[in-house]
Amino acid sequence: MEPVLLKEGIYWVGAIDWDMQYFHGPVYKTHRGTTYNSYLIVDEKVTLVDAVYAPFAGEMVERIRKIIDPARIDYIVVNHLETDHTGALPEVMKLAPKAKIFCTARCKAGLEKHYYGNWDYEVVKTGSELALGRRTLSFIEAPMLHWPDSMFTYVQEDALLMPNDAFGQHLASAFRFDDEVETDLIMEEASRYYANILYPLSKLVLKKLDEVAGLGIPISMIAPSHGVIWRKNPGRIIEAYRRWASGEWLPRAVVVYDTMWGSTAAMARSIIEGLAAEKVDARLVKISIRDLNHIFTELLEARLLVVGSPTVNRSHLSVLSPFLDELTGLKPVNRLGAAFGSYGWSRGAVKAMEGKLEAAGLTLAGEGLELLWVPDEAGLESCREWGRVLARKVKEQG
Amino acid sequence: MEKWECDVCGYIYDPAEGDSSAGIEPGTSFEDLPEDWVCPDCGVGKEDFTKLD
Ligand SMILES: [Fe+2]
Ligand SMILES: [Fe+2]
Repeated sequence: MEPVLLKEGIYWVGAIDWDMQYFHGPVYKTHRGTTYNSYLIVDEKVTLVDAVYAPFAGEMVERIRKIIDPARIDYIVVNHLETDHTGALPEVMKLAPKAKIFCTARCKAGLEKHYYGNWDYEVVKTGSELALGRRTLSFIEAPMLHWPDSMFTYVQEDALLMPNDAFGQHLASAFRFDDEVETDLIMEEASRYYANILYPLSKLVLKKLDEVAGLGIPISMIAPSHGVIWRKNPGRIIEAYRRWASGEWLPRAVVVYDTMWGSTAAMARSIIEGLAAEKVDARLVKISIRDLNHIFTELLEARLLVVGSPTVNRSHLSVLSPFLDELTGLKPVNRLGAAFGSYGWSRGAVKAMEGKLEAAGLTLAGEGLELLWVPDEAGLESCREWGRVLARKVKEQG
Repeated sequence: MEKWECDVCGYIYDPAEGDSSAGIEPGTSFEDLPEDWVCPDCGVGKEDFTKLD
């Protein structure tokens, strides 16, 4: 693929990774690959903004070469030191050894501990500017969005924001712009990305959105480091981030469960029926066959999380533990929880799950539901009724 | 003097130690830290700290 023009003199020179299935090690399953977006600005000074993951260095360099000899790169802006955006830096520095790197102090410290290169750095802060000739860049530090070193770069004359990982999507595509790919698909991947990477940092996201809005700068295009570029409608993703970060919810419930011999599964299906009868968008997730990424995306805008497990060894099935552990780290705000399950002789699963829901900051929407052995029709009806009662809580404001 | 914890990364500001990375002397209370002081570990501002009791 050729370089792609964003604005006059500004090109996408990144790489498309159709095969990426796991991101951040084994934790984060990407369903549709990803892209590593780097951008080349050709002005009096030739500037590369971010690089790509190391295995794609050759692909990026070839794209740059179609525009200009890489040796002519004067400046490299590193918005974020994570390896998916810097792995190709050593290769670029080999081709352009005199290039100067512009990044935050934390980014510099991290780059030195990643690549141990004898490189020329200039540390920038919020408000720092870099004149390229016809254009001027300005920088906005964005600590913990999503690493301490993160920052955004803004091209003043083009009203172009390059916020690195913010506003991204893990979405490999033959196209580079939001108006070339189905909106629903982009937004689904953007929400998956938010749910799994930015959700616990929502408070900081809101503050940063306010700070950027307060700068009063026009934004005509947002070019993130993964996925499509917001050319037609940059407001769409800003508005979505505001909604997700402020914890807004829909009348939606997610039932996350697992089962031993099918009793808890039967309960789960009846609970879904009860929730749906009250017009709550209820979704069923059997945890052992889904990845966590899928579940957290389902939860992003759901008001209610229902967890189900039979009692085993006086607690819940261990297959639920990674999910319940990670839930604590995500710090959900303004969310309801409830627990259910079947049991044989002693109980314990519901109480254990309720404890973990509360520890994660959820408010219990009602008493848990436990049934002995295999539920009969009366038992299943009690599950439906339990679902209906929960549904009414879901729709209450608060 | 109270210790304060960073909500984002868990760093604890201990007034008895100060913050040598930012030139903050031991004995400086959290309230007396300059407004532009940031968490030495993750970089967020004073407003993202919570007092420990
Ligand atoms: Fe990152
Ligand atoms: Fe990234």
